Amino acid sequence: MEIIQIVGLGLIATVLILVVREQKPMFAFLLSAFTGLFIFLYIIGRIDTVISMLEQLAEQTGIPSIYLKTILKIIGIAYIAEFGAQIVRDAGQEGIASKIEFAGKVLILVMAVPIIHVIVETVLGLMPPGG
Amino acid sequence: MDIDVSAIFQIAGIGIIIAMIHTLLKQMGKEEVAHWVTVIGFVVVLFMVVRLLNDLFQEIKTIFLFQ
Repeated sequence: MEIIQIVGLGLIATVLILVVREQKPMFAFLLSAFTGLFIFLYIIGRIDTVISMLEQLAEQTGIPSIYLKTILKIIGIAYIAEFGAQIVRDAGQEGIASKIEFAGKVLILVMAVPIIHVIVETVLGLMPPGG
Repeated sequence: MDIDVSAIFQIAGIGIIIAMIHTLLKQMGKEEVAHWVTVIGFVVVLFMVVRLLNDLFQEIKTIFLFQ
């Protein structure tokens, strides 16, 4: 029952943050960032099983591994960007958080370019010549 | 995992103690020293946070980005 541990940790950290924020808001921010990092790091190890299963499925169905790698990279970029944006937003810097999210979106789009290219080529190949 | 939950309590404790020291030094009329104490405590906590951030990014890199 890891969820109980994590929820308890979150509640305790929230109370501590409220206590510290009265005196030193800077420490409260660092504490919230640390708690978020800790929970994220704790739970990111669990995702290993899902990824190995996905790899196995891709191997069985004969999907080229470049697609799976691209998708996993996109998921990784999304996680990192979301996490950073949340922490920055907690600190009240809405503008920088939006820029981080924007950068994440652009990088994901760049990652997806080869796949889009393959799709367009496939569609063009399906079209009758001269049409 | 080399960093455990007690680090959270450590950070909260450092924050509260620094706040206490700050108030005490301010009452004694040593504002300069009080500010330096705050800055040093902040840097110590910042080091802990940055180390954990590094761990997290390495983990994400090895899991998702295949590096």
